[in-house]
Amino acid sequence: MRSKPFTLSCARATFYDRDMSDKYDITFTVNGDKRTIRVEPRRSLADALREDCGLTGTHLGCEHGVCGACTVLIDDQPVRSCLMFAVQAEGTRVRTVEGLAIGDKLHPLQQAFWDHHGLQCGFCTPGFLMLAVGILERRPDIAEPELREALSSNLCRCTGYQNILKSVLAAAAEMRK
Amino acid sequence: MRWVGRPLPRYEDPVLLRGRGRYTADLAQSARILRFVRSPLARGNILAVSSPPDVPIITPAVLGDVKPICPRLDRPDYVPVAQPILADERVTYVGEPIAAVIAGTAAEAEDLAEQVTIEIEAETPVVTLDQALAPGAPLVHDIAPRNTLIDARFETPGIAAALAAAHQLIEFTFTSGRQSAVPLEARTAVAAFDAATGRVTLSASTQMPHLLRTGIADVLGIAESELRVIAPEVGGGFGQKMALIPEYVVAVWAARHFACTVAWIEDRLENLTASFHARDQRVHLRGAFDADGSLLAIDADIQCNVGAYSNFPATCGVEPLMALADMPGPYRVPEYRARARGVASNTCPMAPYRGVSRPVITAAVERLMDCAAARLGLDVLAIRRRNLTADFPHTSVTGVVQDAGSYREAMEAAARVVDFAEFRARQQTARADGRWLGLGISVFAERTGPGSPAFAARRMVITPGFERVELAMDPSGFLEARIGSSPHGQGLKTSLAQLIADEIGVVPSAIRVVAGDTDRSPYGWGTFASRSLVIAGGACKLAAATLRERLQTVASQILEAAASDIEISDGRAFVRGTDLGVEVCQLARTAYHQSHRFPAIAETGLSAVATYDPYGTFSNACHIAVVEVDVATGQVTIERFVVVEDAGRLINPMIVDGQVHGGVAQGIANALYEQVVYDDGGNILTGSLADYLVPTMAEIPEIEIHHLETLTEASITGAKGVGEGGTIGAPAAVLNAVSDALAPFGVGIFEMPITPQRILQLLRKAGCTASSSVAPLAGRGSG
Repeated sequence: MRSKPFTLSCARATFYDRDMSDKYDITFTVNGDKRTIRVEPRRSLADALREDCGLTGTHLGCEHGVCGACTVLIDDQPVRSCLMFAVQAEGTRVRTVEGLAIGDKLHPLQQAFWDHHGLQCGFCTPGFLMLAVGILERRPDIAEPELREALSSNLCRCTGYQNILKSVLAAAAEMRK
Repeated sequence: MRWVGRPLPRYEDPVLLRGRGRYTADLAQSARILRFVRSPLARGNILAVSSPPDVPIITPAVLGDVKPICPRLDRPDYVPVAQPILADERVTYVGEPIAAVIAGTAAEAEDLAEQVTIEIEAETPVVTLDQALAPGAPLVHDIAPRNTLIDARFETPGIAAALAAAHQLIEFTFTSGRQSAVPLEARTAVAAFDAATGRVTLSASTQMPHLLRTGIADVLGIAESELRVIAPEVGGGFGQKMALIPEYVVAVWAARHFACTVAWIEDRLENLTASFHARDQRVHLRGAFDADGSLLAIDADIQCNVGAYSNFPATCGVEPLMALADMPGPYRVPEYRARARGVASNTCPMAPYRGVSRPVITAAVERLMDCAAARLGLDVLAIRRRNLTADFPHTSVTGVVQDAGSYREAMEAAARVVDFAEFRARQQTARADGRWLGLGISVFAERTGPGSPAFAARRMVITPGFERVELAMDPSGFLEARIGSSPHGQGLKTSLAQLIADEIGVVPSAIRVVAGDTDRSPYGWGTFASRSLVIAGGACKLAAATLRERLQTVASQILEAAASDIEISDGRAFVRGTDLGVEVCQLARTAYHQSHRFPAIAETGLSAVATYDPYGTFSNACHIAVVEVDVATGQVTIERFVVVEDAGRLINPMIVDGQVHGGVAQGIANALYEQVVYDDGGNILTGSLADYLVPTMAEIPEIEIHHLETLTEASITGAKGVGEGGTIGAPAAVLNAVSDALAPFGVGIFEMPITPQRILQLLRKAGCTASSSVAPLAGRGSG
């Protein structure tokens, strides 16, 4: 079998023509900045953050809502940004890993992950950080068994979770001070 | 100040914690997106591939003379098979790339791919080992009779006599399910064509940038200098990313052909179905023991389902050949016979995965030890004491030299930590309450940091081994260490900085380790086989020692003292026993800017190159798991997990513990949770992370680690490799523990993962229907 002669040229237009009219403007707050972006309705929030806002700290590990690498905070709630359409974020307040540190000062969770070796390859780390921020902001006194259960929302392949738990417990103590 | 041995926080971390780490997909912003059209069938003839006129596709005909991938071993028992970059006439597994499309965005590329029509004349696939090895089975490759790609044998002359003379002969078949390494970042490539130079820069999520450059250049028929391969931040690899893949070849081809930037970002479905798999092995084992529990002989038939193709460069021989050579592990095995086969099937090809065959052979041999102990009425420690190697160096029955270790000491230490007597008492009490606790032990020795002799023994045509380091000090006194190894989460840059800092006498924060860029690093083999700290670390130490001598030479002239009297410490060179000294940064500036004063270092300046290629060194450990099995549900809960690890000198104990943690978690996953499941048609039923069960924090218990430090001469830093041990030891400990818990029911475990469903099946088969109705055998304490 042989396919037809190949004629692909490099000009962008020949790759795919798309009706631009089906894009929508959405306005939301990202890490404190008000932003308006124009997206297709099918665009996930994760893709919008990464590609339209340039915030590539939010990672995509599965795109079906299991691994949690893409976790961000929407109005302070941890959300899988791969399972949410960008248009659903209209009017919300989004926080991503890039917004955690203030200048040179790391967020207590970032500092604790550093101090306690809570990351190895770092790919799941932004999702774990945002998940933990969401948990600790609401439940600063959360007990370890409940914390373990809540953190089991996300997957890590490198650490066996030992030092993630240790880091979050240490940060919780620090944040309660 | 000494830096080795300190739990220094990693230099790698701040950028990652801030979300500023650049993984390959983060570099795809302006790229066109490549999408593969994959085979929906496991086996058949391709009749036609077509698309609407406005959907151009990349097919084998379009690729023209791009060569297939053909990994080679130089041995007569190996059949090399060539893997086409895109399937041409036949498809051989579900997910095999057949064609590709390119679009402006990922969503558009998916839309285009859906418009491609493939006609395949379907055939019944061979999926399992039994199907592939059955007489008259259809052949995956016509050139490989009996679907056997490798068939290696080893036999000592006295094996038959030893088996015949055995007081006890224990025999069983141990099976490991198929796994996927599941790095959280799937495979990704961005290939960028540079019109000015005509070169392509391939950023790829890989463990071996130089080998990728070699492999791609070879199949495209270009010089390696036309290609630069960069491994940016890599989100885990575990072996899955140490092979050349067709997708990267197409990406580079497309970048060159269309003179543009092309990205391929693998999605999780592709990763679980069409990226490499691992394990899927069974070992038929016979162990001969004399009356006092001494192991006389092992007779093993090792069968590995290696999928449809061999992987480059390790080949599909990697698992069976390692199993064949390393089966004896920590034990003295006087007589040994083994046959190890790699068997092709219409399933996703295999690549090495953390542990490489040793999680399976360790589990099999450790089950053998427990079975023999039970048969002979010995406790599980006693039988191991009788057989563990205690004299080093030890040359194994297969000729592998094991350097100094602490096989027995590690086991005794672990047994003390766990307190066997206390556990046995608790186990008895629990049994009376209808609760089933078990304790499992696993002792293993693990080849780490193998150099070229180890791989040459396997007869790899491409023989990995050495690592080279280029170390240079700049005029401001900062050091750059360029390494061929390619870390991806192991914290290697921090560990190497600690080693270099101590060797020269500077602070590690003044050292930048450069890796993962073929334009910047010397040719190296990448990160796998628990090798980088041992081999790249050894090369760093050698280069640093040479550079220190050069700094001493410069200092001796400046300070007007003998070079042998110069000491360097904390970034300052001084004449020993005096306060006469000069800062290293000042020394560096002088060496560069007044070079005429230092003819002795005219040729090299403040740089040094070193290469290290050791034989390899053996780490060892003992793992103990304490579990509870709920016989009503089949649920296994790990109550305690103890590791006594001997990885030689600990360069950064915090990083070492992290490696053990992650390894143990993956070993527990192998034992209890993860399995790639195919149906009879060769379709994957576990195509999402909701089906393929990577454990979460809820499943992984606290892992308690203790260290022994045997200082070996087989590694010039004293450090042994530690990347894989956790994964190797944990399955055996868990399976022995579950078997111990279920011993009153007459149930032993000889397969993994041992899921709740399988435990219930085994209990039913043993005549037990529910916890309330079981009538366990008389109480038995095996330890």
